[in-house]
Amino acid sequence: MEKIYRVRVLETNKEFSCGEDTRVLEAMKRSGVGPVLHGCFGGGCGVCKMKVLSGDYEAVQKMSCVHISDLEEHVVLICCIVPRSDLVITARI
Amino acid sequence: MGLNGVIRPGLIQMKVLDLDKTVKHYTDVLGLNEVCRTEDGRVCLKGYDEFDHHSLVLRQADEAGFDYAALKVDSDATLDCLEKKIEAFGYKVDHVLPESNQPGFGRRIGFRLCTGHRLELYADVKQASQHPEILNPNIWTTPPRGMRCQRFDHMLLYGPNILEAARFCVEVLGMFVPEVCNTPDGKRVATWITGSNKPHDLAFVEFDQPGKIHHLAFFLQDWHDVGNAADHMAVNHVKRDVGPTRHAITRGHTIYFWDPSGNRNEVYAGGYTAYPDNPQRVWDVEQLGRGLFYYEGELIPSFLSVFT
Repeated sequence: MEKIYRVRVLETNKEFSCGEDTRVLEAMKRSGVGPVLHGCFGGGCGVCKMKVLSGDYEAVQKMSCVHISDLEEHVVLICCIVPRSDLVITARI
Repeated sequence: MGLNGVIRPGLIQMKVLDLDKTVKHYTDVLGLNEVCRTEDGRVCLKGYDEFDHHSLVLRQADEAGFDYAALKVDSDATLDCLEKKIEAFGYKVDHVLPESNQPGFGRRIGFRLCTGHRLELYADVKQASQHPEILNPNIWTTPPRGMRCQRFDHMLLYGPNILEAARFCVEVLGMFVPEVCNTPDGKRVATWITGSNKPHDLAFVEFDQPGKIHHLAFFLQDWHDVGNAADHMAVNHVKRDVGPTRHAITRGHTIYFWDPSGNRNEVYAGGYTAYPDNPQRVWDVEQLGRGLFYYEGELIPSFLSVFT
């Protein structure tokens, strides 16, 4: 059975559920929590850029280097990651 | 009117993040045919109804987006003539040798527009091995697959100074501008440009970042095929942006969606017949939502703010 994790958005303090096989952006879109726009869902457009403040996640898709740098730790496009634990995320980068 | 000078946008090369998944999207879902792979790993594709060698190239990269596009012109003499006119306009021209980095293509000349996009022109390209029949032709030889995309149709580019870009297309390339969108104080927001009877071969939106692309579009036969395309998006879990709907601008029927690397695609059918002597249609920017999505009457948030 798919594991379900909780994802909390720091600035709104709102939470949503996200399955271990579900992209975080997909779960955020379904929940209507925000705060980021949903765009291409392919790691290309960068509108879902957020920082993971706590928790484990896995990147399951390549993210565009225009938006994501190795120098910014845990800054990701949330269309490309799935949770491996409960997460706290923020759009304030 | 005879169709001469610039005939159509015949080639576009895109950067993609996941080559294998993205090739599968364009072949299995859109129904394009893979023509060949280059030594450096790029994949060349074409629509079933195109005669020329290929029209879309996918290049694996660390970012998604636009590499360059090329317009086909009617003759080698036109290519020579346009080279002089481009230089006179103030853009530096470079030369790409035949069969160098695009299989089947003859010599090309290239330049960078003020919007930051590299455009090229060419006159000669080999006929594809798979092409529509010529003698007593059937409508197709092999049943079209997936969305049944017939050919590459147009692209919408984002960049600065689109007034100059449009002036270049008109004064140098001999194209015309069937439709524009302006702010209340007369600033140009968007412009739709063609070299033929299509309502647009390319379009520009004014934007501060250079070299960006909003979408590349492929032509479908009709509204029925737009519905077929929507079926294939649903079956294949393709991320859809807007549609099926209709534009008032160009009047085409449309769906916008995403390839697996985040580049926006459009499938497009219909559209009015553009003539250079028709009055230019003008949109006020506050009516742009209705112009783009005629049935909905308004923009969706992601449409103009998401690009690669």
